[in-house]
Amino acid sequence: MIAVVQFGGSNCDRDAVQALEQLGYTAERVWHEDGLPADTDGIVLPGGFSYGDYLRAGAMAAQSPIMADIREHERRGVPVLGVCNGAQIGSESGLTPGAFTTNERARFQCEHVHLRVENAETPWTRRFEQGAVISLPIAHGEGRFEITEERLATLRANDRVLFRYCDPNGNVTDGANPNGSTDNIAGVLGDRDTTAVLMPHPERATLPSRRQAGTDGQGILHGFSERTTVIE
Amino acid sequence: MTAYTATVTVRLKHGVLDPEAKTTQRALDRLGFELSALRSADQYEIDLEAPSTGKAREQVTEMADRLLANPTIHDYEVQISER
Repeated sequence: MIAVVQFGGSNCDRDAVQALEQLGYTAERVWHEDGLPADTDGIVLPGGFSYGDYLRAGAMAAQSPIMADIREHERRGVPVLGVCNGAQIGSESGLTPGAFTTNERARFQCEHVHLRVENAETPWTRRFEQGAVISLPIAHGEGRFEITEERLATLRANDRVLFRYCDPNGNVTDGANPNGSTDNIAGVLGDRDTTAVLMPHPERATLPSRRQAGTDGQGILHGFSERTTVIE
Repeated sequence: MTAYTATVTVRLKHGVLDPEAKTTQRALDRLGFELSALRSADQYEIDLEAPSTGKAREQVTEMADRLLANPTIHDYEVQISER
């Protein structure tokens, strides 16, 4: 069962469950205070505005006791996907490197973006070709990826960058960077390939009934197909 | 135990873009003020009891490391005074 962890102020949890069910997965919303159910074999940190973005987006949720449980699952290779606010929670809790902070233009950006697949050898990207251009919606005010020079070098050297903002032809340009992210980075991996965060919303581009948004999100969510049986 | 007030000031690291400060600076420009730079910072005042100034500083530093500041983008400073 894929646990979609709901914090106070999460608001993409239902969308995530619906998108995963559309793809044939069993998914449930799990209130953070209730802890992870015993049969959890996948985890989504959904989008939203947990705790009103107090202090910094994701900072409060990152301190929730369920995060220790999530880390423990993550270490055993249970796939963890953080989307938007879930990405901010992922970086605030140290699951993934860097930080997501205020957009360059200090504006909430709500639009469709193009992303280039930078590493097609992860569960989240295996359904795409290396360098493929996909389209997903973004909706965030604090999505500018920041990281120190040294850690960026390590990120690149270890192939931890999943997606970069690009133009429709796959060129990574300043013009295609919606929020001023360092190196146009839109999504990164954690220590394991099974742990990933991204600012764009795959769950909003998954249902065929929402044709306008496309269905490129499906390939990312299918990362959960590679989850293994959890042995306690 | 002594009562202290700790003041934690959290700033963006030098070189990290501060869009809110830029926007605020532009607004001040529009109001006709002349300024060459504007930086923003968050400040927290924490009342606590500790056996010594050193211990109070130690505790508050840990608060800043673990929650108040994000080490990827922030520097911070801690000031302690007796209350």
